[in-house]
Amino acid sequence: MTNQNTISRESDLSGGEYKWGFVTDVETDLAPKGLSEDIVRLISAKKEEPGWLLDWRLKAYRHWVSLYESEGEPDWAMIDYPDVDFQDIYYYAAPKGTNEAPKNLDDVDPEMLETFEKLGIPLQERAALAGVAVDAVFDSISVATTMEKQLGELGIIFCSFSEAVKNHPDLVKKYLGSVVPYTDNFYAALNAAVFSDGSFAYIPPGVRCPIELMTYFRINTEGSGQFERTLIVADAGAYVSYLEGCTAPFRKTSQLHAATVELVAHDDSEIKYSTIQNWFPGTPEGEGGVYNFVTKRGRADKNAKISWTQVETGSAITWKYPSVILRGDNSVGEFFSVALANNHQQADTGTKMIHIGKNTKSTIVSKGISAGKGNNTYRGQVQIMPGAENAVNHTQCDSLLVGDQCGAHTVPYIEVRNPTARLEHEASTSKVSDDQLFYLMARGLSEEEAHHMIITGWSRDVIKELPFEFALEASQLLKVSLEGAVG
Amino acid sequence: MLEIKNLHASVLDIDDSEILTGIDMKVNKGEVHAIMGPNGSGKSTLANVLMGRFDYLVSEGDITLDGESIIELRPDQRAHLGMFLAFQYPAEIPGVRPWQFLKTALDSKAESRGEDKMSVRNFSKLFDEKVEAVGINPNLVKRSLNEGFSGGEKKRNEMLQLEVLQPSLAILDETDSGLDVDALRIVAEGVNSMRSPARSFIVVTHYQRLLNYITPDVVHILVAGKIVKTGGPELALEVEKDGYNEYLSATGANV
Repeated sequence: MTNQNTISRESDLSGGEYKWGFVTDVETDLAPKGLSEDIVRLISAKKEEPGWLLDWRLKAYRHWVSLYESEGEPDWAMIDYPDVDFQDIYYYAAPKGTNEAPKNLDDVDPEMLETFEKLGIPLQERAALAGVAVDAVFDSISVATTMEKQLGELGIIFCSFSEAVKNHPDLVKKYLGSVVPYTDNFYAALNAAVFSDGSFAYIPPGVRCPIELMTYFRINTEGSGQFERTLIVADAGAYVSYLEGCTAPFRKTSQLHAATVELVAHDDSEIKYSTIQNWFPGTPEGEGGVYNFVTKRGRADKNAKISWTQVETGSAITWKYPSVILRGDNSVGEFFSVALANNHQQADTGTKMIHIGKNTKSTIVSKGISAGKGNNTYRGQVQIMPGAENAVNHTQCDSLLVGDQCGAHTVPYIEVRNPTARLEHEASTSKVSDDQLFYLMARGLSEEEAHHMIITGWSRDVIKELPFEFALEASQLLKVSLEGAVG
Repeated sequence: MLEIKNLHASVLDIDDSEILTGIDMKVNKGEVHAIMGPNGSGKSTLANVLMGRFDYLVSEGDITLDGESIIELRPDQRAHLGMFLAFQYPAEIPGVRPWQFLKTALDSKAESRGEDKMSVRNFSKLFDEKVEAVGINPNLVKRSLNEGFSGGEKKRNEMLQLEVLQPSLAILDETDSGLDVDALRIVAEGVNSMRSPARSFIVVTHYQRLLNYITPDVVHILVAGKIVKTGGPELALEVEKDGYNEYLSATGANV
């Protein structure tokens, strides 16, 4: 995964055992389950945060409480799950005690190891992903350290969110909540109140980040909610490509994950954000899995460009709409997505493109794959504001059905308030046909190979947008995720 | 090498849909057999059943390859044994490059036989050679498999696959349909150049014209799911002259 052109960080979302201490006294680290103002204060205190950040968290918490009491969880998405008991979640979970963690790879679920094997994840990383308490320093970390120095010389900041709060408080204060305010939605409010950690990147004016920045997120602790926050700022004329990988161990209980990502692209800058989301999807019978409620949004100033590429194969439920506010004239927004829903997975994902500036342009390519009893919904909004002269949008959303028990839905919202806008919307639904399967099998491909080839070919327009190593991983993930759906 | 014994086949899950009503046939190594017949006689069904297509049910009889029954084998397993079907209507697979597809197919075959996979470099060389030999527009093979190909281009692409995969038994299902004379000649030259004592062909065709270029060892006339007559190359010429009426009336099939 890590090569010369990538700098990679690992981020443990369960509280900070990984890099940031608090592990000396296990007792005090185990905050009780449930959400309250005290918990918010505790999180902030544990992280030794400045007063302004605690205030912001508290405002977010109070807003969330008012939303919870008035409306409850948002219910407009085409997803179906039992109500989340927000008082039954650890918001500040100490890292799992070493006594419950597997001691070495021999103790780990063989099914999980097999999956890592198939994904080609290096051995050391497998141990980490499996939740083994290892002391070994990962190769990627030492790489990161040397790279961090080079980046530092260019003035690029790439660190954990907590570090950024400590070392670059002015930047964090300036941009935090500027694109996704805590008032934005239910989960954004929750995240703002209790976020644990995440990544921060800042690229100074005119600097082209010479390598891909990457964060690999993992969820370990059972029964804990996961709330990471990422903030990426490209100053005027800067360029950065950022990769995000997500994996969670297999757990039979559901886990709540509510992340927020904010991108700020100043004039003439470009941010390319790629995600491979492979949170645990639950068992084939529909037990457990991650509830993935994510708010991702970018702001593009004059001549700036923001490009979201995502491959979503994991999570029991995905609720995610990476969006771009095309605020500056001539700004460009792109969204390329492959979302797969197999077994009992439900995905409701898409994008919002809000055209405010003149000559703004957006492109949406969404590919939804449904297999097993999976349900896949594309939900997209294209909004052309009155001042957005000559705005252009092209939307293409395709659905592919594997088997006869899955569902695909397309819900586009289009709002045009300027007559000079040009919008195109194409949609298609197709099925992996028997003719295609027989054709490939008659040449010697197994049924699984044939399905994989048809599906990755069909997803090619999106996968080709990913950096090379990520594209390979994405293709492998599609293969692994579809196992059991065919045959 | 290939023996078909009293083969009955119908469409899966449809009652009274028997299409092949008892076929007997034997194809030795190195022979080229032509199967001719009117529309709806079961020619394409036979080709598909031989390759193991799922939507047919073999209700009676057997197919053996080198003495072993293949009736229970999946299409990919049959391909690994050296069988090949050139399709009448090749499927379009968006986003899949012909190169990638053929490399995967070749690798699967090698893997099933415990052989080493061909290196990318050697495969590329082989692929380029065959692309030229078959006369496919090189730009076409950079596109998605069969997508936007004309009828003729699809058939050439089938011949490309035949040349690369080098099967021991190739079944050509109306590969001549929709081809102009030049393309027809290319198909025939491909087959003729691949004729060898170790390789057999079954050429399914409606018209005799392909057989002007490929001289079969044996010609079978298939009518209403049965082989009604077997002979040498001269049989094809008779059909060309007299049509199928004689056989149709003999079996009582509707014209």
